Amino acid sequence: MSDILQVKGLKVKLADEDTEILHGIDLNVGAGEVHVLMGPNGAGKSTLGSSLMGDPRYRITDGKVIFDGQEITHETTDKIAKAGIFMSFQNPVEVPGVSVANFIRTAVENKTGEHIKAWDFMKDLKKTMRVLDMDPSYAERDLNVGFSGGEKKKAEILQLLMLKPQLAILDETDSGLDVDAVRTVSAGIEEYKKTVGGALLIITHATRILESLKVDKTHILADGRIIAEGDASMVDDINENGFEKYLNSSKS
Amino acid sequence: MKEKTQVADIDRSMYDFRYSEDDAYKVDEGLTPEIVEQISKEKNDPDWMREFRLKSLEIYNQIPVPNWGPSIEGLDMDHIVTYVRPKDNKMENDWDNVPTDIKDTFEKLGIPQAERKSLAGVGAQYDSELVYHNVKDSVAEKGVVYTDIESALHGPYADMIHDHFMKLVPPTDHKFAALHGAVWSGGSFVYVPKGVHLDFPLQSYFRLNAKGAGQFEHTLIIVDDDAYLHFIEGCSAPKYNVANLHAGCVELFIGKNATLRYSTIENWSKNMYNLNTKRARVDEGGKVEWISGSFGSHVSYLYPMSVLAGKGSRSEFTSVTFAGKGQNLDTGCKVVHAAPDTSSYVNTRSISKDGGISTFRSAVTIAENATGSKSSVSCQSLMLDDISRSDTIPAMDIRTSDADVGHEAKIGRISDEVVFYLMSRGMSEEDARALIVSGFADNVGKELPLEYAVEMNNLIQLEMKGAIG
Repeated sequence: MSDILQVKGLKVKLADEDTEILHGIDLNVGAGEVHVLMGPNGAGKSTLGSSLMGDPRYRITDGKVIFDGQEITHETTDKIAKAGIFMSFQNPVEVPGVSVANFIRTAVENKTGEHIKAWDFMKDLKKTMRVLDMDPSYAERDLNVGFSGGEKKKAEILQLLMLKPQLAILDETDSGLDVDAVRTVSAGIEEYKKTVGGALLIITHATRILESLKVDKTHILADGRIIAEGDASMVDDINENGFEKYLNSSKS
Repeated sequence: MKEKTQVADIDRSMYDFRYSEDDAYKVDEGLTPEIVEQISKEKNDPDWMREFRLKSLEIYNQIPVPNWGPSIEGLDMDHIVTYVRPKDNKMENDWDNVPTDIKDTFEKLGIPQAERKSLAGVGAQYDSELVYHNVKDSVAEKGVVYTDIESALHGPYADMIHDHFMKLVPPTDHKFAALHGAVWSGGSFVYVPKGVHLDFPLQSYFRLNAKGAGQFEHTLIIVDDDAYLHFIEGCSAPKYNVANLHAGCVELFIGKNATLRYSTIENWSKNMYNLNTKRARVDEGGKVEWISGSFGSHVSYLYPMSVLAGKGSRSEFTSVTFAGKGQNLDTGCKVVHAAPDTSSYVNTRSISKDGGISTFRSAVTIAENATGSKSSVSCQSLMLDDISRSDTIPAMDIRTSDADVGHEAKIGRISDEVVFYLMSRGMSEEDARALIVSGFADNVGKELPLEYAVEMNNLIQLEMKGAIG
């Protein structure tokens, strides 16, 4: 299977400081594969996700990012998104005055370059909202304004399902959610696998969100480096025994 | 976002087209009793109106220019032409009879299309005179009057005009109210009889075509007890290198338990001095709703005022002001609570960009007898760069302890985090910023009828348009 994402020797600093956060990351994701990125707090997991998305808070100082055969290392965020990468944010921001429906419609039209009839769009949107157990009234609400943590995450997965990217980076999408919300979000991710068939890079602390997914590969990130890689069983191992084993072995 | 948004000149060509004014009848530049007499004669004023004009001119000459707002030094009254009558002018109620170039102007601005679609009546003013006025038969049958003030001065409503004209905004109010009293021309008179509820809005559109001219239209609206009206005004002008002046006057009388919604999308060209005065008087249980979008003009002084004269009367004021390059827009509102249990709600947004200055000024007065009254003022500002400016000057004068008063002000910038979020969904930086600004102005956008909300959004897109590089 050809790789949809290739990260080669990626070094990342904060945009306006000399502090290096990622010290040379190598990571390949095959088309349609499910990858899990785990690691202790402050390891640089979110920085990696954001850097791949072109977040201006970070600066790529070395290495390459290749997506679908094209180098996107220094592309702007909108070009990266249009190329087919989506990121579900850990803390989605509020966008006052812009409704969920309007926002997603604008984004979809922007991506496809085609006008969608309002009626067709709303039908599709409401159908997708049902998968996520979202009340249809959310379509007319301002995006993320006054949403609970769970509602914000559902709104992220709603965008994922509507935008149909080839690669989705989910940054702590399960954090802070109760059992029911995790189940709903998982159902949304399964739907994405089923209908879009895209690849996933899931950044997570917990493993509940992974229960219903077939994980192809696990990466452990600590202190800005990938220190171990393995298959799905690694997730269970970490779940039971924590990171310690891997951290110690990387130091020795 | 390794690049920064840079702003190119705004393409306003869709508003900037203009036609020759060679054949128009104009008075001389400047302001003298002779010119005022001449305008009065042209308009066939009744005697009282001619005297009113001359008296106003005297007041004008006695009052100094305001010394507290944006500079109006660039406005030289000796060179403003106060009256320009389009050639062959005759007010028409059949669109086909309007002269071709004037008709083209309004066609381009979408006026007749809007009338056909969603309006109960339309008036269109070109320079100093109304060129078109029409109301749907179904509306006229209900006894609704919608005409120009000049016709009304000679018709069955002459006494009503006499009793209301510049009673709410007297010429002594300020220098430009006095100027208006002296040289006013055109505008609209609307009367909605008791209990009549208009389902569709009436609209007036004001277009100033002549270079170096002033527009001084007078809008007088009387909504009788238990009636409802939505009135929309729009305005625009092509850009010239010399100053143009707009000193209109709007007087609204709202009866018991009646409601008037007054919506404005103002898009004067950026050489315009917009010194406009708007005021409403609300009787018991009545309500005025001001919806206002200010985008154009070089300098604006605009503070619509609500006088809550009757018990339980209400005022809502919702506005957005966008000051771009070379613009100094001083806008806000005034509310006088003059009766018990009155309430006012003010919700404004101002945006400044490319060195534009946007000032929000409000004055809320709660009189001693206005017990049990409530007032809530909220103003938010968004500055799009480091060279623009935004000020907030709220004033409150509360004369009773039995009142509930709240004020909230926020000044902010577009957050990089939000721009990144929107770009991560495939929007360019420019589109992301425009969307954030549109969302910010949504307080007004969601109150306007769809077509006008779309027009306002287009104006925002136009203002936000710039090359990235």
